[in-house]
Amino acid sequence: MDNKQEHATAYWKENLKYLVILLSIWFIVSFGFGIIFREALNEFRLGGFKLGFWFAQQGSIYVFVILIIVYIRLMNKLDKKYGFDE
Amino acid sequence: MSVQFWTWLLVGISFALYFGIAIWARAGSTKEFYVAGGGVSPLANGMATAADWMSAASFISMAGIISFAGYDGSVYLMGWTGGYVLLALLLAPYLRKFGKFTVPDFIGDRYYSNTARTVAVFCALIVSFTYVAGQMRGVGIVFSQFLQVDINLGVLIGMTVVLIFSLLGGMKGITYTQVAQYCVLIFAFMVPAFFISLQMTGNIIPQIGMGGKVEGGAFLLDKLDALHTQLGFNEYTSGTKSTWDVFAITLALMTGTAGLPHVIVRFFTVPKVKDARKSAGYALFLIAILYTTAPAISVFSRTNLIETVSETKYSEIPQWFKNWEDTGLISWTDKNGDGKIQYVAGNALDGKKPIFTEDRGTYGERLISNASASAKNELYVDRDIMVLANPEIANLPNWVIGLVAAGGLAAALSTAAGLLLVISTSVSHDLIKKQWRPNISDKGELRAARIAIFVAILIAGYFGINPPGFVAAVVALAFGLAAASFFPAIILGIFDKRMNSKGAVSGMIIGIVLMLFYMMKFKLDMFGGGTSEDWWFGTSPEGFGTIAMCVNIVISFVVSRLTAAPPQDVQDMVESIRIPSGAGEASDH
Repeated sequence: MDNKQEHATAYWKENLKYLVILLSIWFIVSFGFGIIFREALNEFRLGGFKLGFWFAQQGSIYVFVILIIVYIRLMNKLDKKYGFDE
Repeated sequence: MSVQFWTWLLVGISFALYFGIAIWARAGSTKEFYVAGGGVSPLANGMATAADWMSAASFISMAGIISFAGYDGSVYLMGWTGGYVLLALLLAPYLRKFGKFTVPDFIGDRYYSNTARTVAVFCALIVSFTYVAGQMRGVGIVFSQFLQVDINLGVLIGMTVVLIFSLLGGMKGITYTQVAQYCVLIFAFMVPAFFISLQMTGNIIPQIGMGGKVEGGAFLLDKLDALHTQLGFNEYTSGTKSTWDVFAITLALMTGTAGLPHVIVRFFTVPKVKDARKSAGYALFLIAILYTTAPAISVFSRTNLIETVSETKYSEIPQWFKNWEDTGLISWTDKNGDGKIQYVAGNALDGKKPIFTEDRGTYGERLISNASASAKNELYVDRDIMVLANPEIANLPNWVIGLVAAGGLAAALSTAAGLLLVISTSVSHDLIKKQWRPNISDKGELRAARIAIFVAILIAGYFGINPPGFVAAVVALAFGLAAASFFPAIILGIFDKRMNSKGAVSGMIIGIVLMLFYMMKFKLDMFGGGTSEDWWFGTSPEGFGTIAMCVNIVISFVVSRLTAAPPQDVQDMVESIRIPSGAGEASDH
């Protein structure tokens, strides 16, 4: 039982670490690149897009999808590591 | 073959499909009725979530709004997709592990309090009713635009269709019809987008075409910016809202999305925690297809519109212009008497909508009585027509136009059904079963749920036929409310073990009241009203959910630390929802 409790605590800690990293990226691409720093990024171009505008209307959404996919992978591994998978 | 023929045919086929599924997926127990038996595959759940989420507003209005707002429209794109990251990482897996039927269930159990449960039910009902009225209206509009049916008759047809598949199948019927509706709506949205992208930029993928070059070698977006500057509008890619307001609105929409009960409840329908994560991934991917295409459509249609109408003689204008003028969604007044359309910055009208007189002008245009004398702009265009008129503007074949009608209906019906289910569950489960009559049998509860859905449809239909003037204003309120109430309560319930009932309840109540007050003050002109000059910290009512949410969190935190810790069994429950194994099936006990 104690062993299980330790596993649960360690599992939760690693989970929180993943959340902090992934949500930081989530924040940077949308609120950072798409909103706060858009003027500066608009100096650069991605084909016909100004970069800040691209992040706001396209790029951030692509990154969101990738973030969830990465999260699913990481958590499936984490479940296995601590024996919480089913 | 005519547009009418194709529209009836495609709408007819799609409706027949929904009925077939409804009959196949009848629900026999409350568990099937509330959470589809808990056995939906992640992909199917992802598709159902996507259809549930993408409403008439996403399908019909969003591209049009962005088309007129340019960069400012980004708040919807990021706000309504970024919320899914929060949902997938912070909510869905834990709520699935918790394994009950509804959001008030979670709030009530986690905060061991019927007050908390009641507050949650109240929020769920407000949010859902606000939303569903708009959907019913959307159904009516699609019917009247495409099938020349009276708008009220359109609402009645929509009500009947939703009634049949939700009454028979509950969540099970709704889930599988939503899967079909997702396919219809995404196909209908993408086909015209492919056509137009190819026509304008030579690239069939709209997401790439948007950044591509047009005839003559200039980039499309640069050309649009130049057109905008030339006509006195703000640059398309720059926008007019302040950076803080864009920030606040985006965050309020994201957290509001993650707190919407009809979206959250979808994650109770999959078998395991792992599947909840996976279906959130599928859902966002499937939503992103539409949400990355919409801004491209906005750019294409905006450029098309300006190029077609600007400085064009009314007598040489294409037929679609006159068709939409007949329905009252376009108006033109020849202010300088040159017979050409001047489309420049400024409001062409005094007021928001044109008021038509019965007469026609020199060129056969419909005359209006409220043309603005001060503005040079002669053209009024309703934002909603951008998606609906796009196929006509781009001269696409008739079957594409019919397809768009079927897609708009699929989007509106699927969202309405999901919301109605939340309403009926709130009444039959959270109020009747959990509070008023705990001893009610499964059969009795199922009957109550069906009666509740029937009543809810009647109310929604009433609002669809007699839309209250404030519907548009309160749709934004729905997100702000969810952000100010549910979102912090759920997140803190999972991530802060020390959070107790007093903290969460006071946070929720103060959050909602603050949000309601701000919206009433600045949207409905109550409590002394006010203009954008008076906004607190320069925050628009749409973005105020962000502030109300922060207030909620601070109050919850302070109050919880000043009062007793939650009982041990609740703390154990929090421990248990944090690990994924042993989720079992969504159940009542």
